[in-house]
Amino acid sequence: MLMRGNEAFAEGVLRAGCRYTFAYPITPQSEIVHFLARRLPEAGGVFLQVESEVAAVNMVFGAAAAGARAMTSSSSPGISLMQEGISYLVGARLPCVIINVMRGGPGLGNIAPSQGDYLQAVKGGGHGDYRLIVLAPSSVPEIIELMELAFELADTYRNPVLVLGDGVLGQMMEPVAVHEEKPVILPEKPWAVTGQGDRPERNIISSLHIVPEDNERFNRELERVQKEIRRREQRAEEYRLDDADLILVAFGTVARVAKAVVDRARAEGLRVGLIRPVTLWPFPDDAVSRAAARVDGFLVVEMNLGQMVEDVRLAVNGRKPVHFYGRPGGTVPTVREVWNEVKRIKEVTGDKEDLRAAAGTNG
Amino acid sequence: MKKIFERPQALTDKPLHYCPGCTHGIIHRLVAQAIDQLGVRTRTIGVCPVGCAVFAYEYFNCDMVQAAHGRAAAVATGVKRVHPDRVVFTYQGDGDLAAIGMAETIHAAARGEKFTTIFVNNAIYGMTGGQMAPTTLVGQKTTTTPFGRDVENTGMPIKVSELLSTIDRAVYIARVSVHNPRHVIQAGRAIRKAFEFQLRGLGFTMVEVLSTCPTNWGLSPLEALTWLEEHMLPVYPLGEFRKPAEEEAV
Ligand SMILES: Cc1ncc(C[n+]2csc(CCOP(=O)(O)OP(=O)(O)O)c2C)c(N)n1
Ligand code: SF4
Repeated sequence: MLMRGNEAFAEGVLRAGCRYTFAYPITPQSEIVHFLARRLPEAGGVFLQVESEVAAVNMVFGAAAAGARAMTSSSSPGISLMQEGISYLVGARLPCVIINVMRGGPGLGNIAPSQGDYLQAVKGGGHGDYRLIVLAPSSVPEIIELMELAFELADTYRNPVLVLGDGVLGQMMEPVAVHEEKPVILPEKPWAVTGQGDRPERNIISSLHIVPEDNERFNRELERVQKEIRRREQRAEEYRLDDADLILVAFGTVARVAKAVVDRARAEGLRVGLIRPVTLWPFPDDAVSRAAARVDGFLVVEMNLGQMVEDVRLAVNGRKPVHFYGRPGGTVPTVREVWNEVKRIKEVTGDKEDLRAAAGTNG
Repeated sequence: MKKIFERPQALTDKPLHYCPGCTHGIIHRLVAQAIDQLGVRTRTIGVCPVGCAVFAYEYFNCDMVQAAHGRAAAVATGVKRVHPDRVVFTYQGDGDLAAIGMAETIHAAARGEKFTTIFVNNAIYGMTGGQMAPTTLVGQKTTTTPFGRDVENTGMPIKVSELLSTIDRAVYIARVSVHNPRHVIQAGRAIRKAFEFQLRGLGFTMVEVLSTCPTNWGLSPLEALTWLEEHMLPVYPLGEFRKPAEEEAV
């Protein structure tokens, strides 16, 4: 059936067995909450439109502390307001899912699709030494799939998961093969506050470790979890990489543009491939690093001024040139623009030395 | 021998960290007693604030959540929506509730969230070193109003109970004090009522408790009790500002 991206986010919430949504309206994600406002009560859940994003994320905190699958959805300025709560969620080791359908910034910016929140999403955003698991779907069917995965990862690692979309993805309609909804077996949460009941010990949810050594121990535990996530959860789509000598790296909406460029390049006999990070944190270092061993260079394409390119450069670690093409502020690069960029790079790629000069790096 | 006084079950035996003479300790005891009297300890979930009561989770012998500064009402909303049959309370200071957390509090009341808020009004920020609170009295000296709170510059103290009593879904709003034994007993009754109304699922309940901060007021514990009586009571009159209709009939 045909489904809109924002509806797919909401469908994923339901399919994952999440029954608690707290949200404050903002474009371009509104259809997510419209859908949930209608469907959650039918499913025996709670949908609350609340007074602010600050309140919404803290209600998610309460519901997650109480042992439920809980989520909220917003767009860039709203996500900025949630950063305090997100830091507390990590500090209290509470699983939940947060959707950010990104728009152009900074400030009020606009409501056009953007990837300007990449750094905020993957490098922190709130205070403290933490990471979120960040997933980036690039099609409507993948949204549903990744929403289900998001809740699973959140519970497995007791860490909030951020799902990044943008206005194009939210509004796009694509056919989705909707499988029969399976009953979700929710994991046991013996740490949750439910009232002590027959439990021998009471449960406490807190992010406070007033003694520095205790807080260091807690941060070390977070580090251990982060390492495990880095080791086990890197995900990327690899497209026509076999003999590629130039690899495009792009996520989300712009990865679709990049894919079209790869097809066009191939049709013209140019050996171009695509790595599409599906997890932005953990960044798929391994895939990029493996590719760096055999290609001539990379072209990172983003809807911002160059944020993910930093992570690609880290993974490439100076071994090959990393080019960048981006359109900030709510503009989607066109196939033609990116194709021109590929040709520009390829013209000098005939000679690898030239390619290095073109990228302005030392290879 | 018959025991006539003991520690409430709903308090742990951890020694309180509050300053000598601080009435946070009395208020803890009153809340714990209400939980005991209603026999709900094992189905109670408390939410503690940021402020001097940040460690309340060490003292209340029930499941506890520690919330971000001001966000207790939002956290309690999340908890109670998941567990509507449990008893949920927040314990918050005036900085926590009436400054940074004002929006969360008013909206929880407006929605009629079925939890109980214990609002400890000591007219100052205790934990961070005696700064002005929204409830600081006109002329009161604090570390950020060293010449006394000046209305032109910082405005008037906020009367939270009066403010919330304009909200229909707030079913029980009372202001009590703990500056002498008679008032402590009355305060205990009000807190218990608030929990009872919560158990009956009537709506939002809050008890504002006038409390002392001898440390930051720069007074001895005894002087602090007198200061509360002489200076706070005229600004913050005690009473039940809202109660359920059937209660009125009794
Ligand atoms: C977001 C945020 N802002 C500020 C603080 C610092 N802070 C800690 S306690 C406090 C005031 C607490 O005063 P009150 O709520 O009146 O409680 P009391 O200490 O008097 O019991 C402040 C401002 C904080 N922890 N978090
Ligand atoms: S600083 Fe004030 S409110 Fe805090 S414990 Fe000491 S006396 Fe009580």
